[in-house]
Amino acid sequence: MSTETPSSGTELTADQAAALLDRIDALESEVAALQSEVGDNANKMVIIATKGTLDMAYPPLILASTAAAFGYEVTVFHTFWGLEILHEKNSKNLKLSSVGNPNMPIPNAIAALPGMDRMTTRMMRGKIADNDVASVEELIEVSLESGVDLQACQMTIDLLGYDEADFYDGVTTGVGAASAFQEMQQADIQLLI
Amino acid sequence: MSMDVTETLDVKGQNCPMPVIKTKGAFETLAAGETLEVVSTDSGSMSDIAGWADSTDGAELLDQQETTDNGEDVYKHYVTKTD
Repeated sequence: MSTETPSSGTELTADQAAALLDRIDALESEVAALQSEVGDNANKMVIIATKGTLDMAYPPLILASTAAAFGYEVTVFHTFWGLEILHEKNSKNLKLSSVGNPNMPIPNAIAALPGMDRMTTRMMRGKIADNDVASVEELIEVSLESGVDLQACQMTIDLLGYDEADFYDGVTTGVGAASAFQEMQQADIQLLI
Repeated sequence: MSMDVTETLDVKGQNCPMPVIKTKGAFETLAAGETLEVVSTDSGSMSDIAGWADSTDGAELLDQQETTDNGEDVYKHYVTKTD
């Protein structure tokens, strides 16, 4: 940008001055429109929840309800096994896999024996209760109460043979990848869990 | 207690993320100038509620205290609604 002071020989004609004033008006209204657009938009977060084990049900629900407490508009799009979290009956019976998790205190060869998943799930549920951690059901309830939009992917509802009535009241059905993508486009935070 | 507490929220026996979520819910019912006391047994609530108040318009964290109640660690938080 030039910092030269205009010399007295370059005074604007009345037409040029009027054109400049018009241009300033146009830019000012453009800035005002942009400012109101930015100001109106609450922060948004979208989580894609794809896992249906007991341990993996927690991160999306905890982050979603916490973000809502921070004033975010939150959408959690549940697809594939993530649907189990929203399935009213199955959500109360989510299991922990004892195989393929090197942090388990038992070797994989033993973890693969029949009944081991049931045992490790029972141990985990005991720990959850002992440590005052909320249940999946409670977290779904507070998420819905806080205005989180819990969505169940229609394609995987059909694929897994579920019915809309199987899900918690307040869960959004009839949504697909395009609506999830559109929300992700507008979101400040997008997570795949 | 020198602070003028309007309302007390008891979230003892509840763990992350419940203290913050319930704090937000109780905070919304306050009028400007009123102060909420949150009583928690979750040690993580010290940084969680501080972070929440820092990011929330109109919320000001006045004080946080670590005390012991019948041998149990108790964390108290004081949040004022400024507008």
